[in-house]
Amino acid sequence: MIRTKNVGKHYGEKAALADISIEIPKHTLTTFIGANGAGKSTLLSIVSRLMKGEGEVLLEDKPLSAYKNRELAKKLSILRQTNHISVRLTVRELIGFGRYPHSRSRLNKQDEQIIQAAIHRMALEPLANSFIDQLSGGELQRALIAMVIAQDTEYILFDEPLNNLDMKHAVEIMRLFRKLVDEEGKTIVLVLHDLNFASGYSDHIVSLKNGRFLRQGTAQEIITPDSLREVYDMDIDIREIDGTRFCVYFK
Amino acid sequence: MKPGKKLLVLLLIVIGLALLFLLWGLNEKNWDYNLPRRIIKLAAISLTGSAIAFSTVMFQTVVGNRILTPGVMGLDSLYLFIQTLVVFLLGANTLALMSKTTDYLLSVGIMTGFSLLLYRFMFNRERTRLFEVILIGMVFGILFNSLATFMEVLIDPNEFSVVQGRFFASFNNVNTKLLGISAVLAFGAGAAGLTRLKKLDVMSLGREIAINLGIDYDREARNCMILISILIAVSTALVGPISFLGLLVANLARQLFQTYRHDLLIPGAVLLSLIALIGGQFLVERVYSFSTPISVLVNFVGGIYFLFLLVKEGRL
Repeated sequence: MIRTKNVGKHYGEKAALADISIEIPKHTLTTFIGANGAGKSTLLSIVSRLMKGEGEVLLEDKPLSAYKNRELAKKLSILRQTNHISVRLTVRELIGFGRYPHSRSRLNKQDEQIIQAAIHRMALEPLANSFIDQLSGGELQRALIAMVIAQDTEYILFDEPLNNLDMKHAVEIMRLFRKLVDEEGKTIVLVLHDLNFASGYSDHIVSLKNGRFLRQGTAQEIITPDSLREVYDMDIDIREIDGTRFCVYFK
Repeated sequence: MKPGKKLLVLLLIVIGLALLFLLWGLNEKNWDYNLPRRIIKLAAISLTGSAIAFSTVMFQTVVGNRILTPGVMGLDSLYLFIQTLVVFLLGANTLALMSKTTDYLLSVGIMTGFSLLLYRFMFNRERTRLFEVILIGMVFGILFNSLATFMEVLIDPNEFSVVQGRFFASFNNVNTKLLGISAVLAFGAGAAGLTRLKKLDVMSLGREIAINLGIDYDREARNCMILISILIAVSTALVGPISFLGLLVANLARQLFQTYRHDLLIPGAVLLSLIALIGGQFLVERVYSFSTPISVLVNFVGGIYFLFLLVKEGRL
């Protein structure tokens, strides 16, 4: 379980994030939603120690700061949305870096198997030996997700993982996340902009606005016209198809 | 060709050039006089070349840019500023009379101290902004340069010629004692750098991915910058400003090895640097009979390569 206690982030006087105290239950897929500037990415960055903030983050009842860097890297992984990698590196080598916290750079047989499995899961076999500077945005995104999967941590955090992806790959990746939670007991936290993916795949949704916490609950509780009006200041038509709620916000 | 083989070929070229440099034109009569001097020169070249290559590759990884060299941090200009200031305040006689060791230690001390101060000030902030550190270093570099130029126009022309001698890197009058001190400092910094090669591989993926993989990025970046400053300060104070060479060899190594692995890139860059310097010094001595300082050659070739990089990459 990840718990935040009064987490906040101030830039001078301006609060980008204030007083966030939430719980992210184990073995669930949790999604942060909110408009631009709501503080979703900031919260995710603080929870994943990429950014220092006020308050305290507890990972399994132990403050993040009490973990050693390497131990934390075996337990929690994070992938942000902007990644410029300027070095000459193949997809397989990039994914191999996911094993760095476990084996440093001496990869053993088990590491090789895990890397191969991650390549297979993201369907990257045809690209495995290409250099990453030859990939499209979506392909690079999938390679990075594969790296995080090879890192094989209990907690996995993604900031807008569906960026740059077409529908087919977006759906495949959301299915994979679901499978990682259901079958392998991972805990996944996402920042998503597409409400329908959030509604269809999350166990738990946290909504934020202007750096403040609004609500948390199941998709059924959060994906309602009232709750979403609070978040986005717009009326969203909600239809239920086969038990899943869909938001119609194009008109 | 396998990377190991490439390194071997480079090593053989270095050994060949070194032998050529040491033995060319030796006979029974001048053996006793020339050989020890050439060995000292070769040692100075190897030390400087390695320090420059090592620090440039490390610097480019930490800042994530292959067109920058530690030279932009203004250490070269600071060195010139210190030399000019001594002459300006105390006169050229002092610089000539002041024991070389004092001048050397003063320069290394001030250059390293300046960098540490810069990093201490910048890295103490809540969030590290590497590019701010670099920009501030550049601004200081310009400031030191202008101050040096200002003092140069005020001093006596004879004294100016003494200062000018320091402006170009030269291996022709390396002090043995200084070589010893430099070797100790450079080997210390180099050894500390060698333990970080794997971490540098991870850091080349960028700050966020490196942190995700368990690297204490900000601390590592700061440590690397300190090592870089020591290496640059030592080699500049020993032979003069020559950091442009680093750009040349770091990029050639990247092109030759096509890899992210620093355990190949750094030895590769070091060997290339030795080839350039030993070959360059050989040319300077035997072909141009000492009429051209080696840094002029290096800057000429380096400048052309730099333009080529700019045109080829199309961006900074």
